[in-house]
Amino acid sequence: MNQQKRIRAVIVDDEELARQVLREFLSSHPEIEIAAECANGFEAVKAVAELKPDLVFLDIQMPKLDGFEVLELIGPGAAVVFVTAYDSYAIKAFEVHAVDYLLKPIGAERFEAALERAKERLGGKLPQQTLPPTELAAAARPPSQYLDRIPVRDGTRVFIIPVSKLDYAEAQDDYVALASEGKKHLKQQTISSLETALDPSRFLRIHRSYIVNLERVARVEPYSKDSHIAVLANGTQLPVSKAGYTRLRAFLDR
Amino acid sequence: MHPILGQLRRLALYLLAWVPLAALLAYLLDVAGGLNRVEAIALAFPLCLIYAFICLSAYYSCRATPIDRSTVSRLVFTHGTGALAASGLWILVAKFLSYSFSKTTYLSNINTHFARQVPLLIGTGVLFYLLSIDLYYVLMAVDASREAEARALQAGILAREAELKALKAQVNPHFLFNSLNSISALTSSDPAKAREMCVLLGDFLRRTLGLGEKSAIPLEEELSLVHSFLAVEKVRFGARIKMDETIDKDAMGVPVPPLLLQPLVENAVVHGIANLVEGGWVRLDVKASNGVLSVVIENTFDPDAPPKRKSGVGLANVRQRLAARYGSQASLDVKANGDSFRVAITLPTHMEARAS
Repeated sequence: MNQQKRIRAVIVDDEELARQVLREFLSSHPEIEIAAECANGFEAVKAVAELKPDLVFLDIQMPKLDGFEVLELIGPGAAVVFVTAYDSYAIKAFEVHAVDYLLKPIGAERFEAALERAKERLGGKLPQQTLPPTELAAAARPPSQYLDRIPVRDGTRVFIIPVSKLDYAEAQDDYVALASEGKKHLKQQTISSLETALDPSRFLRIHRSYIVNLERVARVEPYSKDSHIAVLANGTQLPVSKAGYTRLRAFLDR
Repeated sequence: MHPILGQLRRLALYLLAWVPLAALLAYLLDVAGGLNRVEAIALAFPLCLIYAFICLSAYYSCRATPIDRSTVSRLVFTHGTGALAASGLWILVAKFLSYSFSKTTYLSNINTHFARQVPLLIGTGVLFYLLSIDLYYVLMAVDASREAEARALQAGILAREAELKALKAQVNPHFLFNSLNSISALTSSDPAKAREMCVLLGDFLRRTLGLGEKSAIPLEEELSLVHSFLAVEKVRFGARIKMDETIDKDAMGVPVPPLLLQPLVENAVVHGIANLVEGGWVRLDVKASNGVLSVVIENTFDPDAPPKRKSGVGLANVRQRLAARYGSQASLDVKANGDSFRVAITLPTHMEARAS
């Protein structure tokens, strides 16, 4: 076995005993090197950003950030195998979107099969996951539950934006800029997928490129013949399209 | 909705009840002289049929003046006015009928005979109206008690549902699968510990078995359940979980609904300890004095924890069960303060016999 070609794996689980099971299963695979073990979401994001592993075993329920939030923040590159004890919505989403996962207690056979698939993905024999992490997270969320915080990453630093502190979101190519407490944070996500993840009674798409927190809207003023601007409590002015204005009026008139 | 018009069966019975009244009226008109028997019958039956419908309106004045919440003068005034108005209409209808009948060959003299019977008609008109007032008050009382019965039944069903939900969810699958995974890890690294955990988990599962049939267990038993739950979690979380308890010996025998405290301690672990990288503590404080059992469960938690993805037996369920069983005699108070979360329960030490 060529040492250069070893697969570098990161194990993420807050329970030492759960990490131990994975470590033990991996110990019979000399082609795999455990690059790091992480006990919470923050550590995981940091380790993946620094070590750029090929493979991540990712627990869903953890302190600080859950597995889906970690996936959103680490971006593509590594093959991810989710690990969970019991989470019916997540498992359904994994099945639908052909995401590799393991159930606790983890069986050796299932483990080997998942590892084999991960290797095939890394070797290009199986396609890499193409579903954006935010959409997988949305699919795995229990029905009628909306996002209540948005994790963003700047280098190895992670920021958590509670949606109550989000003033507005602006589309910028493949990214959204999230304006909160006077700062803007960039996140790789389409504005439409963000729109569906936010509670429609609190956030409104007022323009092709803008979602606004309705609590922040101070007033709406006419701008030109067909358009308006929304003025937020902090003075920010956002364009409102014709359709956006109809939706906004419906809210403000209630 | 109108209690008679709303139901076809009631309307039929109501109209049937007017038949003897009409017969009575015909008899009175006949014996009091004036109208002959044929004229009396011809007048009484259609008159009563129309009046039956006029009296349906009495319901609305009954609804506007509920008998238990209106003053006597208000009742007398409302229904007195109603009775006068109704009997006025009654006379008008009677006059119209008698006028119409006088055009026919057989009853051509009815009009002259009728005039002498006006006082009797006014009297019966008022009387019949007041009778229907009585009827509505009775019907309203019947409907109200039926509604109260349905509400009580509904509340009973909700309470039972809450209990069933608690008992069905007694073993959180997340807890069970994670524990099995821990055992699986220990089998190679520390077989003795793996065996110990099997015993602890078995112990916990055994204690939860059969709880469904009991409506109350001594607090001591519930605390054993809590302890065996925590013993398992201690293996999973290791040094991350710290437990501290102060338990009043007098409280041990107090009967409590099964699975009242264990789900709350489980929440303290799942929502508290499990989200803390360095772990945290759970504090249990149980006191009994002056006929009141007071339980406080306090734990550290991370206010910025990731959103929860699963639901075990929640606080809402415990609250529902307490309310169903003890009503206002029990309380559940929840407080989050900085990084500590506190649930306080009080309930009577002597369980009231519960109507089932």
